[in-house]
Amino acid sequence: MLIELHDIEKIYEIGTVQVPALKGINITVNKNEYVAIMGPSGSGKSTLMNIVGCLDTPSDGIYMLNDNNVSDMSDDELAEIRNREIGFVFQTFNLLPRASALHNVELPLIYNGTPAAKRRKQAEEALERVGLADRMHHKPNELSGGQRQRVAIARALVNSPSIILADEPTGNLDSRTGEEIMEIFEDLHDSGNTIILVTHEEYIAEHSDRIIRLRDGMVERDEAVMERSA
Amino acid sequence: MNVGESFNMAITAIMSNKLRSSLTLLGIIIGVMTIIAMQSLITGLRNSVHEELSQLGSNVFQVQKYPAIGEGNREKYRNRKDLTVEHADAVRRLATAAELVGAEVWHFGREIRYQDKKTNPNMVIAGATPEFLVNNGFTLADGRFVTEQDVNFNRRVCILGLEPVNVLFPYDDPIGKDVKIEGERFRVVGVLEEMGSFLGGSRDNRIVIPISRFELLYGSERSINITVKAKSPELFETCRDQTIGILRAVRKVPPGEENDFEIWTSDQLMEFFDNMTRVVKIVAVAIASIALVVAGVGIMNIMLVSVTERTREIGIRKSIGAKRRDILWQFLIEAIVLSEIGGIIGIFIGLGIGKLVEVLTPVPADVPAWTVVLGLVFCSTVGLIFGVGPATKAARMDPIEALRYE
Ligand SMILES: Nc1ncnc2c1ncn2[C@@H]1O[C@H](COP(=O)(O)OP(=O)(O)OP(=O)(O)O)[C@@H](O)[C@H]1O
Ligand SMILES: [Mg+2]
Repeated sequence: MLIELHDIEKIYEIGTVQVPALKGINITVNKNEYVAIMGPSGSGKSTLMNIVGCLDTPSDGIYMLNDNNVSDMSDDELAEIRNREIGFVFQTFNLLPRASALHNVELPLIYNGTPAAKRRKQAEEALERVGLADRMHHKPNELSGGQRQRVAIARALVNSPSIILADEPTGNLDSRTGEEIMEIFEDLHDSGNTIILVTHEEYIAEHSDRIIRLRDGMVERDEAVMERSA
Repeated sequence: MNVGESFNMAITAIMSNKLRSSLTLLGIIIGVMTIIAMQSLITGLRNSVHEELSQLGSNVFQVQKYPAIGEGNREKYRNRKDLTVEHADAVRRLATAAELVGAEVWHFGREIRYQDKKTNPNMVIAGATPEFLVNNGFTLADGRFVTEQDVNFNRRVCILGLEPVNVLFPYDDPIGKDVKIEGERFRVVGVLEEMGSFLGGSRDNRIVIPISRFELLYGSERSINITVKAKSPELFETCRDQTIGILRAVRKVPPGEENDFEIWTSDQLMEFFDNMTRVVKIVAVAIASIALVVAGVGIMNIMLVSVTERTREIGIRKSIGAKRRDILWQFLIEAIVLSEIGGIIGIFIGLGIGKLVEVLTPVPADVPAWTVVLGLVFCSTVGLIFGVGPATKAARMDPIEALRYE
């Protein structure tokens, strides 16, 4: 079992008011699964993704990743997990604006001490994989939204993580560009990656094997996607 | 992550905010510049003073009516009896530890003539005894120096420095020619070796005549200097004590009263100079330190602003695996690099000021390497001390909150 979430709760405190964002989530995800998370706005999708991505910690519950209890880990251990095990793709890309595409993709490798030459080669390969071989030296503001998201995906997969997490990766893109991005995810899935993806669009979710629907911080439905007829 | 990466990041960050960075650097530049420029001037000055003083023959001390330096209160000294040639003679006769005892007296700003040529009115006439040459560390280029007979018979002979020779005898050999000093004829018997200049003043404008003739020429109511060369370095102190004893006796200073004359050695002068410059140095270091602290606060401020502005960047870096120490080093090195850039600019400006002063004034520039190293170390320290706060703030940020920051 790759990911096990047991009774995960997340409560945000704003002043004296407590906002429960997650109210006891139980999910397990296996290796090479392709999961879509759906649900209305405010249902806790991003909160859940951040916890799975070790960016945030749950208020309560146990999160086991590769049989390790993430709740026990220190900041630096979490940083290492984020670096080695997880590739995160954000809705807003989150690229360093002043760095070239290549440098952005190299970044995770810089933090795990990969030597410069190897780093560059790996980053170039990752960019080629998302079809951006000819845009390596462009800065984010010299790229289209779709291209930026490809850079972000290249960055997420450059370190060959076991899980790729994507929070509305197509949310800021038109549907055609979104489709192209989804093809890349499909590709990654085919080559053995585990993918968890948040989306509002049914047609995007249908790329996955399994859809988890959240409502008010709880799992409403969790079901396999019927094999598409196309 | 290694230091090289942090360094690249630092340069990128600094270059992307040039104006702000350069304003921040101003304080550092001023601080380091002050240190380097002051050090350059003081060391240059010290070296030339040292060189000048070491011209004084070795093992030599001087006796004068007035102190050689400092102490504005000349009233106290004015009522002292003048030092005379007789006093010098007494020391020469009685001080067993003395090798050479000379008497000399100076008159500044004179003009001398040869036929239709004349020098500038800035010649220095020295009345001297034969010991003058050795005791003052002068050397003869040609001819002979003042002899005992010259002094005994008040002879009208003179020894010229290079400057009057060049002006009065551009083509001829001066030896044997007659020049006019104060309208009196003097036979040139010798020429002094070139002395060069000291702090812009020429030392080649001297003309030496026998002290006896000097006193006939200018009168004897001025105090002379006595120069005493000890027989050996070991006998220096003895010689000094003997001289003091002899002078007190011939000048009839009652026991228990302080000497009515001043003795100084080149070491003493050097020490005085060092003491004087020490104060200047301390003031310079104080100014520089204040500038650097102000600069440090400026750097801290700019780094805090930078950390806040780059919260998202920090969030992004953390989200892909940057550890606390990676972020800490990134900002710490940025602060250090920033202040080092200021330091290097400051060093160059400081060196430039030193050079400029050297060109415009007689004070030579001389910056010891350790000052430069010290300046750079100082800058790193400032960067480190004032960078730690902002860098720690950055390192402690929560990744998800940093990412959400607008
Ligand atoms: N930092 C925060 N502080 C306080 N409350 C928060 C914070 N982040 C999220 N919440 C609350 O938690 C709940 C879940 O938010 P979350 O961002 O997970 O929703 P979401 O499902 O991703 O919504 P969307 O589809 O709009 O992105 C919301 O009610 C939100 O107001
Ligand atoms: Mg969301």
